Amino acid sequence: MSSATDVSTQMNIDSGLTADDPRLDIPRNLGGSQLQNLDGLLLPIVSGIAVSLLARFVLDWDGLMSTVVVAVIAAMAFVWVGTRERSGSLVATNSVVTALVWLSGTVAIGAIVWMLVFVIEKGSKRFGLSYFTHDMAKVGPLDPGGGVLHSIVGTLEQVGIAATFSIPISVLTAVYLHEIRGRISTVVRFIVNAMTGLPSIVSGLVVYALWVSGHGYSGAAAAAALTILMIPTVTRTAEEILRTIPDHYREGALALGAQRWRVVVKVVLPAARSGLITATILGVARAIGETAPVRLTALGTQAFNGNPFKDPQSNLTTFVWDQVRSGNAVQIERAWTGAMVLVVMVLVLFTAARFVSSRGSSSKGR
Amino acid sequence: MTAVLDLTTTTRTSSTLRAENLSAWFGKRKVLERCSLGMAANTVTALIGPSGCGKSTFIRMLNRMHELVPSAQMAGSVYLDDTDIYGGGLTAPEVRREIGMVFQKPNPFPSMSIRQNVLAGLALSGTRTSGHDELVERCLRGAGLWNEVKDRLNDNGAGLSGGQQQRLCIARALALKPKVLLMDEPCSALDPISTRVIEQTIAELAAEVTIVIVTHNMQQAQRVSNTCAFFLVEDYGQPGRIVEFGITTDMFGNPTDQRTADYVSGRFG
Amino acid sequence: MSIFELDNPMLDVPKPRVVERTTGAERVFTFLSSASAMVTLIIVGATLGFLIHDGWPAIRQTGLVNFLTSSSWVADAGIYGVGGLLIGTVLIAFIALSCAVPLSLGMALFINEYAPKRIRFVLVGAVDLLAALPSLIYGIWGLYALSGQASKIARWLSDHAGAIPLFRLTRPDAQLVSSGFIGGVVVAMMITPIITSVARDVMNQVPRELCEGALALGSTKWGMVRTVILPFGRGGIVGASLLGFGRALGETVAVAIIVSFSYKANSHVLERGAGSIASLIFTKFGEAKQGERGGLMAAGLALFVMTFAVSFVARKIVANSEKKAGIV
Repeated sequence: MSSATDVSTQMNIDSGLTADDPRLDIPRNLGGSQLQNLDGLLLPIVSGIAVSLLARFVLDWDGLMSTVVVAVIAAMAFVWVGTRERSGSLVATNSVVTALVWLSGTVAIGAIVWMLVFVIEKGSKRFGLSYFTHDMAKVGPLDPGGGVLHSIVGTLEQVGIAATFSIPISVLTAVYLHEIRGRISTVVRFIVNAMTGLPSIVSGLVVYALWVSGHGYSGAAAAAALTILMIPTVTRTAEEILRTIPDHYREGALALGAQRWRVVVKVVLPAARSGLITATILGVARAIGETAPVRLTALGTQAFNGNPFKDPQSNLTTFVWDQVRSGNAVQIERAWTGAMVLVVMVLVLFTAARFVSSRGSSSKGR
Repeated sequence: MTAVLDLTTTTRTSSTLRAENLSAWFGKRKVLERCSLGMAANTVTALIGPSGCGKSTFIRMLNRMHELVPSAQMAGSVYLDDTDIYGGGLTAPEVRREIGMVFQKPNPFPSMSIRQNVLAGLALSGTRTSGHDELVERCLRGAGLWNEVKDRLNDNGAGLSGGQQQRLCIARALALKPKVLLMDEPCSALDPISTRVIEQTIAELAAEVTIVIVTHNMQQAQRVSNTCAFFLVEDYGQPGRIVEFGITTDMFGNPTDQRTADYVSGRFG
Repeated sequence: MSIFELDNPMLDVPKPRVVERTTGAERVFTFLSSASAMVTLIIVGATLGFLIHDGWPAIRQTGLVNFLTSSSWVADAGIYGVGGLLIGTVLIAFIALSCAVPLSLGMALFINEYAPKRIRFVLVGAVDLLAALPSLIYGIWGLYALSGQASKIARWLSDHAGAIPLFRLTRPDAQLVSSGFIGGVVVAMMITPIITSVARDVMNQVPRELCEGALALGSTKWGMVRTVILPFGRGGIVGASLLGFGRALGETVAVAIIVSFSYKANSHVLERGAGSIASLIFTKFGEAKQGERGGLMAAGLALFVMTFAVSFVARKIVANSEKKAGIV
């Protein structure tokens, strides 16, 4: 019965703001979520570090580790005591936990950044066009120059062959498992799931024992080992993706009189397209990074070998491995640049995968 | 016809809640504009109106749950007796110990027994009391659940029926002896019999706590509330506003605003 | 009797299903998919089969018990004992797990609940990217960047935490580089992104109304995490840790780069020398003759069985906790 403005009059209060006050249209500053507030923790943390440094000076320790440990413990103790005085032990526990979580977050992020900076810094020394256009054929261990041309070609060929075989097989197997649900589904699914856990080196070992020991190293053998590794993982991911396609898509198509193959090819697979592409890209990224199985099957050479079916062939990972093991500074520098190239390749593939998957889900209107 | 609400009375443990010129945003979108409402001690106030008018947003501003959404912002004040809950004196958890909330979907903690659920609020808010057994019994009686669960207090809290779970959540909120109890559509997920039991509970609880209830069900508003506020959005993109408020029987029998009259007679919903 | 008479008994008996005619295209499609599934089964099954076929004679020659417990590997005599290496594999993986789980849990909580919204997206992407990085990168970074610092930590541990037998040294001047400990630490860096990713995913699925329920009772953030999120995500966290453990068991390159190889189990993890089955295979495959190759296959089989068992249990636990979440 009363309108909004009458409330104040009726309740006889003076809030200092009349109904026309323009300040009522501007959001209030509530000082951030107090449950996450770090400001109150800054002083205790700094005091803790100070105490530790003081102890180090006075007691004449020389270990960085000891200093860090004492600093952390002292800082937490200060946080606890300080907050407890003001707000009670419940909030004090909350503050200590907040500090610890932030600490582990910072440590983890710090390690990530350290790693990337390290790789980039060491790797950029030899980065240049010549690195990509030469191989190691006429280059001695201590000579400058040389490059990864042979390794990159090797990686591309080996992973390319592996992907060409494993991706179609995996996707069709996933279709068999989820859409057709044939008689051997249970067995196939079980063994696929089991083999996703196969350590990569064991795959290389099997190919080695079966083929390489009799017929020699080759890039194709490496491709075979990679295929054995890729099929279970890509199949399982693809099946999970198919499972996320809602059944009412399929029912809609069937209700229009479509046969099963048309439903799959014209409705399900297009809907799953971005997910499947992402799975493919990620599978390829993993294959690029495999070292052990490739080493056991293609070994690696210094010279360029463009034929994956005959003779040992180099691979980016094998290259880095060999150079690192050599122990002399020049080789190691080359290794680092190779490592940086690897990281960049994986980064590019990964970003492409994310891009595809985000475009896929936005076009579905999710 | 007109009745002046005497909002200056205060009673023993419960309190007056006053919202003044509350506005709310989610990011740049304004969802509530200048809503003011007085909720007297020991009364039941119903917030009614069609969906999407900001009733839930309004009630969540009364116990500072609105600000949990990262893009949420507010303006205006809410006074519990004489203290601005958004002022510097009180932290959000402290406010929530005085102003409790029951949600639309019952949410007992699945990792705890019935007894532990009732006492959960004490541990979570750092309140210490003695006499846990008496407290559990008193709260479960207050929520109308005691007779049904007194022999199985150690059973899992999530194993009850929907209506029982909701009463358990009411008992859990009562354990903190709040001054105000907010209820955001507490019966909309329940069957009619559970709804009836809970409405009876609300009537009894009003003697101890001030209650504010959001409801879609106009008949429920008539059954349980003393006072009523009608929220409305004029058009797409407009913020919600309180169009009219007053004593429930007057609002439904003799509304002042034409829009209120249209809503309560079901001409739009 | 016609079917339309109501007392016709045929009305109570189900009619036989109609077998549809398939067109050519449908048959081709079904054939292709079935063939792929068959090919998958053959390739993958054959791998497993050969592993068993070639590895079993070596096990039989050495004796199963001997194979699993002794540390002597004498190729010419046909003795292949991986006992020491099994322990070494588990020990390194265990060290990795003890470093990785607290860090991963803290990181997962940080990303989900504590980090500012703007960097949360970046962090999730970074963690997923790290899980995809080749283990070789971790290995060389560990060798060049971490080894120095880690051996100082090892020195500190042996000086101050000598009460724990694991941290004792055989001689005061024992070398603390290329040890199982450092290998474990580097593997920890490798499995942390995986554990963080899975744990974060599970904890993200906690229903918002449970969280709000706790907060509405006046709880602090830690109270909410402790009462709602951690119990809810418990299964997922355990499953994630086991998944990480499985990966650590099979980790080859990082261990091979950092740890100097030895057949015996080395319980003094801070000291130089340790071994895992994977690094055994990596080191020896080149010169191995027929018999020894069988031994290596047997070792590979043992490793596979171990990782399979761990991953199987892990998946069951994660699936179980997700099912429970669905009901709640």
